[in-house]
This record gives sequence, structure tokens and C-alpha cells, in this order.
Amino acid sequence: MSKSERVIEREEVVIRFSGDSGDGMQLTGTLFSNTSALFGNDLSTFPDYPAEIRAPQGTVGGVSGFQVHVGHSEINTPGDYADILVAMNPAAVKANSKFVRKGGTIIIDEDNFTEKNIKKAGYESDPVKEDKLDDFNIISAPISTLVKETLKDHGLDPKTVMRTKNMFALGMVYWLFGRDLEYTDDYFKGKFSKRPKIIEANSAVLHAGFNYAETIDAMSPVYKVSPASIEKGLYRTIDGNTATSWGLLAAAEKSGLDLFIGSYPITPASGILESLAARKNLGVKSFQAEDEIAGICTAIGASFAGDLAVTTTSGPGLALKSEAAGLAVMTELPLVIVNVQRGGPSTGLPTKTEQSDLLQALYGRNGESPMVVIAASTPSDCFDYAFQAARIALEHMVPVILLTDGFLANGSEPWKIPSVKDLPAIKAPLVKEGEDEFIPYERDEKTLARKWAVPGVKGREHRIGGLEKTVKGTVSYIPENHENMVNMRAEKVARVVSKVPDQKIYGDEEGDLLLIGWGGTYGHLLTAVRELRDKGKKVSLAHFNYINPLPANTGKILSSFKKIVVAELNAGQFVKYLRMEFEDFKFYQINKIQGLPFTCADIEDECIKILEE
Amino acid sequence: MNQETVEYSPKDFKSDQEVRWCPGCGDHAVLSAVTRALAELKIPKEQFAFISGIGCSSRFPYYLDTFGFHSIHGRASAIASGVKVANPDLSVWQITGDGDSMAIGGNHFIHAIRRNIDINIILFNNEIYGLTKGQYSPTSQKGAVTKTSPFGTVEEPFNPGELVIGAKGKFFARTIDTNVKLSTEIYKMAALHEGTSVVETLQNCVIFNDGVHKLLSDRETRDDYTIVLRQGEPMIFGKDNDKGLVLDGLKLKVVKLGNGISEKDILVHDAQENNPGVHLMLANMKNPGFPVALGVIRSVAAPTYDMALNGQITKVKKETKIKNVDDLIRTGSTWESQ
Repeated sequence: MSKSERVIEREEVVIRFSGDSGDGMQLTGTLFSNTSALFGNDLSTFPDYPAEIRAPQGTVGGVSGFQVHVGHSEINTPGDYADILVAMNPAAVKANSKFVRKGGTIIIDEDNFTEKNIKKAGYESDPVKEDKLDDFNIISAPISTLVKETLKDHGLDPKTVMRTKNMFALGMVYWLFGRDLEYTDDYFKGKFSKRPKIIEANSAVLHAGFNYAETIDAMSPVYKVSPASIEKGLYRTIDGNTATSWGLLAAAEKSGLDLFIGSYPITPASGILESLAARKNLGVKSFQAEDEIAGICTAIGASFAGDLAVTTTSGPGLALKSEAAGLAVMTELPLVIVNVQRGGPSTGLPTKTEQSDLLQALYGRNGESPMVVIAASTPSDCFDYAFQAARIALEHMVPVILLTDGFLANGSEPWKIPSVKDLPAIKAPLVKEGEDEFIPYERDEKTLARKWAVPGVKGREHRIGGLEKTVKGTVSYIPENHENMVNMRAEKVARVVSKVPDQKIYGDEEGDLLLIGWGGTYGHLLTAVRELRDKGKKVSLAHFNYINPLPANTGKILSSFKKIVVAELNAGQFVKYLRMEFEDFKFYQINKIQGLPFTCADIEDECIKILEE
Repeated sequence: MNQETVEYSPKDFKSDQEVRWCPGCGDHAVLSAVTRALAELKIPKEQFAFISGIGCSSRFPYYLDTFGFHSIHGRASAIASGVKVANPDLSVWQITGDGDSMAIGGNHFIHAIRRNIDINIILFNNEIYGLTKGQYSPTSQKGAVTKTSPFGTVEEPFNPGELVIGAKGKFFARTIDTNVKLSTEIYKMAALHEGTSVVETLQNCVIFNDGVHKLLSDRETRDDYTIVLRQGEPMIFGKDNDKGLVLDGLKLKVVKLGNGISEKDILVHDAQENNPGVHLMLANMKNPGFPVALGVIRSVAAPTYDMALNGQITKVKKETKIKNVDDLIRTGSTWESQ
């Protein structure tokens, strides 16, 4: 059978690259994704890697994976199960075979399947037998040997030679998909511009892998995934952390303010600090602080001085910032706190995704300290919600918490590049110089926002601070004043609802079951609801981005469905919040706390069970 | 810094707030010295930002008619750093105490100094927690009996000057609340120094640690128990100006003038010497045996963080092809979908 006869035309295919954390699987996956994006596929990626930079070689704990879902049609998730698994060693098979679709293809580097490595991965003898992989299409290639052979005349040391073997595997996968090698060759040229030998070696191995796959011609099936018909325009792929950074930069440009970021490195949020530190060309003042507390406090200082101020962190870091977050609430200064959620409590699962900081974001401060909380739901819409977080902070003079998560931060998808001119204007209530008395806590009638008088503006000298104050800024212990100020601050947050669009529903406006989600689970929930609707179920999806305040029509939506199910990657935090806000409804819940995204299949099954109850 | 000069009197810097420190508290004198220094600096009033943490001294910003921020415990160094980086034109001051900066805020304090951010830190040292009513602080002398150390403390105190120099500090001075003239002079020098300036201000807490600096402040004893260091002048002290400091090997030694020892044998103060060796010994001098050093102990020119950062921004901005967000989001691999 020739290749053309074995071509399977598919709407979508899921590929998972896996190997030791030093095997370069993240790069391999990224290069495949970018090549597919340039080809015109829609896609969604899911890097799944250990916290240890180099865990013991050959162990399951050290396996690093990168899953990418490419499609001719719209792709919303990285896929539940892989059609093709690349496994560079036995541990990669052990860690990932359960994520491969029955009958899928597994490409292995047979040179690494030594007795020692097989034992190290926790197998007795034969991984294929032990994991019952007989029904799978196993392509066993002596990758290490072939790489050595390919580079034998390149004059490189053995270690450097072995570092290129991921490119052999990538070359094989490119052949399976009939993809062009040009993008990857160009990448080598850019990345190793000062090391021509490395460019040649990587390119040689990539092409060798491609040619090897063609030569053995034993691989089946071969996939054809045509370009997706997505909306006309200019596109790029983008991950959540980059999109967050760029959304903040866009807000700075729209508001005419400088962007200040005060942060302390923490997984998986560091990417935002790194991305903004590289943007000195756009005037970003990036401050790598001595700790999480200094991160937020420098940002509060910069906000006091008139910058668009941001601090970024992940769960444990948000806990450390909570006292200072309360100071921002009390002093009514604009501030964006980005929390890229990860598995908790404590250090928890630093590289795994979870949605378990919601209640911390809503309530994790002393005193009556309400805060605006919003959540992004796809890697690319991190741009929109970061922009919106900054816009709300500046126009309403409040701190805003933006929740993303590890899945969004590291995952990527195509993004239709917007024009900054199409984004809404941002107008901060800055005060000009003047002789009339400046009253620090005098409020705008509509929003209740106070005015922002920054040091350097003549005649506007005033004092703010963490102690309760009167409208004039005088420290006050008067009981009625405290109660009034507490109420004002709460009402101010409540009035942010004027910037919150009505909650949209995917599906019909009423029906048997409303699936509710928030944040990074959007793609999975949407796909599950589509499948359920295709099966004729009267199911709709309401996926929330605005947590506090909730959209004004939330109550109305809830009353239009017979059953309400809240699905989230925690033990039930949003559902608790909804129960508190809407006492009259019964909420079912679907929860997963494994540090992993939902699978669409799980959601479908659970919804069907609840429908049949 | 803004070049415009303006004439002020100290009272122009007093706010309308009632000062609530205890009668007799050393803080009143510090406030007076600061308002004098501010008036003498002739900088437009709106350019001053005073940032404080928590503690009695941290109420300071309320009593000044400048921009002020009374923040949270220990964090003033970090907040002041943010203010200065956001707007390097401002004259940024941090008001802190020995609990605020040496205990809960120790980390921010040393890192602000290490970075050499151009802020002026006035560290009120009364060796006690006043606002929480009498617990020992990280500068309380070993053995101090306080509410939380009824049998005496068993821990070694910090010497702020030693800590500042250890943190690569470029400016450290010491003054005492009772000497308003000296304090005014030093605060002004701290303001004019570019980089982090720390002025330890020995301050008396009349309620919980009264008389802690008595020997250094009383008319009868102060000249023998302190030495005021001045740039380029020999280190001579004593009621009769009859004592001096010399280097004996690698150590400082107090000598009596006369009997073959003359002024030219005495060590001459050089605050601008980059090597901190002598500065460290001067900062560490204590009674009995040595006079406590007052004045500017160390003042070394060095690049500041805020200027370096803004310089980097200016340079990168000039060289870049990316001029705005539209440029940025179109860099790298993009494709047109038809």
C-alpha cells in the first residue's frame, strides 16, 4: 500500500510528545504546533511537565509531555486522548500510554528500551505486554543509533549529538502529516545563528527523521488535516502568559500611563515577568522584587506615584500578598494582581493546573475587603481580560485580581491579532494641579471612584494610608465613619457591574441542564456541551469570566434551566459562592482535583448521569 | 530632580493634623529637624513623598504637608522603592523605626540598600516597641528587661550601621533627637546624596524606654560619650577636646592628646572612602570604651537603581524597531487567513 492510499483525512488529530525532561519535548511540541499554525490549522496545546528541572533520568517522575490538538475545524481543547504518542523512553510510555486513544500510534526510540530503562520505568519486562498495547500501532525505530549515524562526520561530542534526537522524532511526525520542514529549519537558523555546526546538525537530524519515515514506509496511518476555515485576518499563536503581558501593555498604551511590574519569580507565573522585563522598549519598568510582598508593595508605591501598576504571582504568592492587597483596597489605588493558579495548598503541584484559589481571591484578606475578581478562559483571551482588569482598576480606582491558571499560561492557540485602536479608551481619574482643596476620598457620583492625585502635582499634597479615614483623609475611629467607609468600598466594587457584560449562554436560553464553568476550563466544557447537544440533549453552557461582581443577568439565567451543574477543577469553590449568592437554586457539581484539565468525555458522562437522575 | 527652587519656612511643611506623640517624645524634635531640612532644600513642596510603615514614628507623614503614605508594617522600603522607580524626579523619604525596618521589614530594608535606590531613610531607634507598648526590639541591648523579656533578652541586637554597610550601603549617618541642629544638617545631606541614605536617629521613648540614650544626650556626658564626625577633620572629641581616635594595627583606639600625641596623629574622617573597613569600625563604636559616632559616617558616590533602570529604558527605546503594542504583537511568526 503506498502512502497516498493510506492517507486518512481527519478533522482533527492529537499528538503527544513525551520523553525525559532533558529530551527537549516542549520545544519539539512547540515547533510542531507553530508549523501546523502556519499551515493554517486551528490548534490548542497542553504542556505537561514536572517541577524538577532534571528529575532522575528514565523515571516516570521525570517525564515531560507536550500535547497538541490540530484541526481543520474549530479546536477548543488540547484533546482528551492522543492519536499519536511519541515516547522517547519506557518511562514516557508508562506515564502516557493511558492518554492514547485505543488503536493509536506510538512511536518509540527502541534504543532506549534497554532492560535497565524498562526496570527504571517500573515495568517487569515488556511495556507493550504489561500495558496491553497490542492493539496499538507501535512504530519502533532505533532513533539514537540513526542519529549517531547521521552525525558521525559532524565532529560533535556524543552529548551534543544525543541532544538532537528529538528532532529525528519530529522529522518522522512531519512526514506523517506531510508537513514542510522550512519553518523548523528557519528556527534553527535564528536560534543558533552564532553556532553554524549546531544548525547543520539539527537540520540534518530533522531531515533524516523525515526521510527515515518515508523509507520504512511502514507507518500507518498517514494523516491529512487540512487548514481550518477560520475568520479572515492576521494570526499568530500565543500562550496565556504572553497574552496577559500584552494585554497589560495595551492597557498602558490606551491609558497613556507607564507600566510598572513588581513581581517575584514563581511557577507558572514567571513568564509574565520575563515577557514584560523584555519590553523596556515600550517603557516597562520591571522590578524583580526580593519577595512576593515586595512585589505587590513596589507596585502599590508605583500606583501611588501614577503608573499602571501590576504584580504577578501564583497561589502561595497570593497568600503572601494578601495584607498588602488589603492596603490597596483601603487606600483605593488602582492595581492589577495576576494570579496564575496552580495545584495547592502550600507548594502543592507547582507545574500543574487547578482552580483552587478562587475563594482566596474573593475572601483571602483581613477585614471587610471586597475585590474585583475576573478570570480568563483561553490562552488568547488572557489578552482581553488583562486589558479589562487594568481598565477596571484605573477607571474605578480599585485593585483587581485576574485569575488565569497553569493550563492557560503555558497552553497556546492561534490568535487573531487585534488593532490597538479598536480597544476601548481608558480614562483614569487623574487630578491636575490647582489651589482648591483636594479631598482624597471624595467620590465620583456614578462609580464611587475617588480621584488620583499623584506626587509631583502642585497643590495636591495629601496623605493616605492603611488606617481608616474620613473623606478628608483624617485618621478616624468614629464608629459611623468606619461603617460608612466599609459600605462605600463595597458599593464601589459592586458598581463595577456597569463594565460587566451580560453573561452569554452557549446553546438555548432555557433547557434541561445548564453547565456552569469559569476560567480555564472553557474549551473542555464547550466541547462537551457541543457533543451533548449533537446527541440531542437540551444542555447549554454559561461560562463565567466575571466573578465579582457577577454579571447582572446571572439570577435570570439560573432560573431558566431545570438543573444546574457547576464544573470546576477544585473541590467546589465557585459553586459555594453561587450557593451563597443565589440561595434558591439547587446546584450539582462536577469536580476534578488531579492537577489536570477535565476530559470532555468525563464532563459528558457526568452531565448525562445528572440528566437521568 | 526638578531644578526650580522655592523659598519655604519650616512651618510651610507642617500639616493641619494634631500631633499625637506623647509629650516629651523624641519624635517631636525629629519632626522639627525634618521640616527645617525640607525648607532648606528649596525643592518644590509637591516633589516630596514621605512613606512610612507602622509604629509611633510611622505617623510622621500625617504631620507633614507633603504627599504622604502611611503604609503597613515593615513594607515602607518596598513601597518607597516603587514610588521612586515610577517617578525618579521625586524626593522620596522613608520614615521607619527599629521594629519596622530591623524586624518585620528587614528584608525590604537590606534590598533597598543593596539596589541603591535613591530614597532617604530616617530610622528612629529607641530600642523598644512603643506603639505595641513595650516589647523588646531587634536593637534592644542583650539582657534588656521588657514586657516580652521579663528575665532579660537572650538575643544579640542588630547595630543598624553594621547592617547597612553589610548590605552594601553607600550612605550611613547617625544623629540624636536632642540635637536638632545636627539632625537638620544630616537630613539635608542625606537628601542631597544620590542613592539610599540611611540616617539612624537615636530617639528617646519617654514611656517605655526612657533614658536609653541618656549618656549621649545629657549636657554633662554627651561630649565624652559621642564624637561628631566631619569630613576631612581629625576625629577629636571630649568635653575638653582632648581625646582622639587612632588606628592601632587594624583596630581603632582612643588616645589622649598631649604627651607626644598631637592632632596630626589623629585619624582624619573620610566618609567618601569606598573601602568600608574604617566606616564599619566607626559605626560599631559603643560605650563604654568608645564614643558613639554621630555625623555622616559613610557617603560614597555610586550609580542608583532608579537612574540605571530609566537609563536602560531610554537606551533600549532608542534602538528598538518596536515602537508600540501594534508593532509588538505583529513581530515573529504570523500568517494571513483568507
